[in-house]
Amino acid sequence: MNYSYYPGCTLRNKAKDLDRWARECAEVLGFHLDELNDWQCCGGVYPLGSDEIASKLPSVRALNDAKEHGQDLVAVCSACYHVLKRVNNDMANVPDIQTRANNYMALDEPYKGETKVLHYLEVLRDRVGFDELKKKVVKPLSGRKIGAYYGCLLLRPSGILAFDDPEDPTILEDFIRALGAEPVIYPYRNECCGGYVSLKEPELAGSLCDRIADSAKGFEAECLVTACPLCKYNLSKSGKLPVVYFTELLAEALGIKEDDK
Amino acid sequence: MQKIGVFVCHCGSNIAATVDVKKVAKMALKEPGVCHAEDYPYMCSEAGQSRIAAAIAEKGLTGIVVCSCSPRMHEATFRKAAERCGLNPYMVEIANLREHCSWIHKDMEEATEKAVILMRAAVAKVHLNTPLQAGESAVTKRALVIGGGIAGIQTAIDIADAGYKVDIVEKTPSIGGRMSQLDKTFPTLDCSACILTPKMVEAAAHENITIHTYSEVEKVSGFVGNFTVDIRKKARMVDMTKCTGCGVCQEKCPSRKTANEFNRGLNTRSAIYTPFAQAIPNVPVIDTESCIKFKTGKCGVCAAVCQAGAIDYKQQDEIITETYGAIVVATGFDTIKLDKYGEYAYGQSKDVITSLELERIMNAAGPTKGHLERLSDGKAPKEIVFIQCVGSRCSDDRGKPYCSKICCMYTAKHAMLIRDKYPDVNVTVFYIDVRTPGKNFDEFYRRAVEDYGVNYVKGQVGKVAPQPDGSLLVQGVDLLDNKQILKKADMVVLATAIEPNPDARKIATMLTASIDTNNFLTEAHPKLRPVESPTAGVFLSGVCQGPKDIPETVAQAGAAAVKVIGLLAKDKLKTNPCTAQADELLCNGCSTCANVCPYGAITYEVRLVNDHGIREERRVASVNSALCQGCGACTVACPSGAMDLQGFSNRQIIAEVDAICR
Repeated sequence: MNYSYYPGCTLRNKAKDLDRWARECAEVLGFHLDELNDWQCCGGVYPLGSDEIASKLPSVRALNDAKEHGQDLVAVCSACYHVLKRVNNDMANVPDIQTRANNYMALDEPYKGETKVLHYLEVLRDRVGFDELKKKVVKPLSGRKIGAYYGCLLLRPSGILAFDDPEDPTILEDFIRALGAEPVIYPYRNECCGGYVSLKEPELAGSLCDRIADSAKGFEAECLVTACPLCKYNLSKSGKLPVVYFTELLAEALGIKEDDK
Repeated sequence: MQKIGVFVCHCGSNIAATVDVKKVAKMALKEPGVCHAEDYPYMCSEAGQSRIAAAIAEKGLTGIVVCSCSPRMHEATFRKAAERCGLNPYMVEIANLREHCSWIHKDMEEATEKAVILMRAAVAKVHLNTPLQAGESAVTKRALVIGGGIAGIQTAIDIADAGYKVDIVEKTPSIGGRMSQLDKTFPTLDCSACILTPKMVEAAAHENITIHTYSEVEKVSGFVGNFTVDIRKKARMVDMTKCTGCGVCQEKCPSRKTANEFNRGLNTRSAIYTPFAQAIPNVPVIDTESCIKFKTGKCGVCAAVCQAGAIDYKQQDEIITETYGAIVVATGFDTIKLDKYGEYAYGQSKDVITSLELERIMNAAGPTKGHLERLSDGKAPKEIVFIQCVGSRCSDDRGKPYCSKICCMYTAKHAMLIRDKYPDVNVTVFYIDVRTPGKNFDEFYRRAVEDYGVNYVKGQVGKVAPQPDGSLLVQGVDLLDNKQILKKADMVVLATAIEPNPDARKIATMLTASIDTNNFLTEAHPKLRPVESPTAGVFLSGVCQGPKDIPETVAQAGAAAVKVIGLLAKDKLKTNPCTAQADELLCNGCSTCANVCPYGAITYEVRLVNDHGIREERRVASVNSALCQGCGACTVACPSGAMDLQGFSNRQIIAEVDAICR
């Protein structure tokens, strides 16, 4: 099975591990990520201004590219997934944005939100299946207690993202279980890390991250796992617990990455 | 040719503000056969009806059209008025200019045009109306009450006291319902069991009441005055005639790990059990899914210890069939599931509980013997937070749009009782609004705040975060102070929304009673017929109709009983003459009509038919007009056009359509 793949800018520099292991694990698990040609930055945040159209166009281009390839579009970065999925929703359901975006794009056939946007974790859950994944694990992460950190971008707004229960998500915990480790349930796994606030008010972001990490640590987590480069950056800065990308854990369990801890 | 009178009602300004009523009357005079037309502010009034009577007498009218409100409102009124003047009541037609026209339109010109068309259709129909005579049917002087909670018990007692037989069908092994699970009741704080059990005993001992517990209604047929109901009496595996209720079987039963439903799953029970000590009947049932004998074949302890020899592992479900004149639905409620409310950590922490669970914890017969303690570690809580409106007044699809009505009062009750019994425990209540209308209700709430020092905070809670030390961090907002609140608690109690019993929809379907989007049964009129279902002979008691507290439930239960008594007091009921009839010459015997008839009113018989001189035996449809409810399904389904509904014949309906399309 081939998917169109949208890596995103951060995965080209700061979050290379997120990208590399996603691609390599895909091959082991029997699917392939076709990187889109000429993809552009998603903008990092979903533009809320209703009259703002230009900053949505990179996402529309990516979505339309995937449509032309007849493939679902996969993202690994939480922020890219969030922006792509929300813009896609606009293109399907908001006539004004649909019309204006298509006027800019001047495509042969107008884009109307036909592409299905998937997060890599959704591919694992809904296409590969966690039971199948479990069978492919060669080095189970037995005995490790791992706290899933969702952050906000994967879960909210839940009506549009429709990724998991925003208040009591389970996908990362099921993923951790499939790899043979023990998920640690702690209450702040779906709370904000501060996001870009860390640039303007680092102390505020710091206190949010401390609360998250302290809680996870209190429930005996040894490390945190995330899908978001910005979450990883903020949480790592607080320095209370090691933070890894979920693709790193995946690669480790599939035996293609040596545990370098 | 009919001589038709048209009477256009203003309904005050309800119709006249949007429809040019004078024009409708004027246009009516242009219709064939219309020899009288007038308009009047209130046709339904005494004066309005006199005008109709005068016109009938003066002009010798043979049919009338009243352009007014919905026929559900005043068709009966105008039919009676016509009957008093010697006109057959079925020669009256209503054109609904209010609900179908003036209330839903704004533009006067367009609304008037539509009103004229509706009038014209009704006139066209009256031309083909024929006088119909209502028949009579007998009334079975026995009532069925579905549900044995306080609503069902009260309704049954009131009907039985009036001298009529009543059967209560209760799904669980005992009557008593939700009220039996409550500890104390607001606003008087009297013990729930103390006021309920005498009622339960009274119902059980009443010579006119038969109680079927552990039983369910399986099938309902018939109609008002003559319902036939199949009741499944589930196998108890205990012979009710032999059991003495000694309780030894329950003590000795080796299977003790089943969640105790009566205690909301907070502790466990044996496989052979009575739900609670005061259960009526005091005869246990064997839960065959938990029973070791039924699972492995090896046990039989209860049979061995039963000195009365009452245990019967071979008992089978039994279906009994009874007939009733009236049916009362009293199926009650449950609390909603909280799986969509992850932010409150219910299910993640044992110390986050619902208010109904707290009732069981506070109750001396509950899982903690009435001691207020945390279910996680058995410690006494020092800080308790109550969260109101969990799932009530909810705008998204996680909860319910309505106010559950009872939560403000029971939360005040819980808070007050805790502060009274454990003065060192701090109690905080987060609320959106405190709603306490009801006799002595607001005084009660103020006592909780002013005399018992309960800390009420206006604002909602966003998160309950279980902490590694076992406490709960409640994150909320104080809207009056405009600040965020972080409160450490030992226990959090959720005032969980209530919803109709999940069986309500199934039962409503069996009864062809209507139900709303929240699965509450619909009343025939929200103000004027609040305890009757729109389905004749079906009545509503308690929370199945909408959220209610105990006093309201008891009042409604009595009201439903009065309606039932009024029905059972009649010896005969007038039947609806608008029933289906089969034309034996057109019928081809295909059975399509019998298959679609929801009332089982159509049978087939072989009859000698004279078809234009050819005499032969044919298999043709025959309608039992006592069973037929005039729904018209058969007339639509019949491929040869042999089925026709009196009063709504195919010709009449086509005439209406023609008039509309003219």
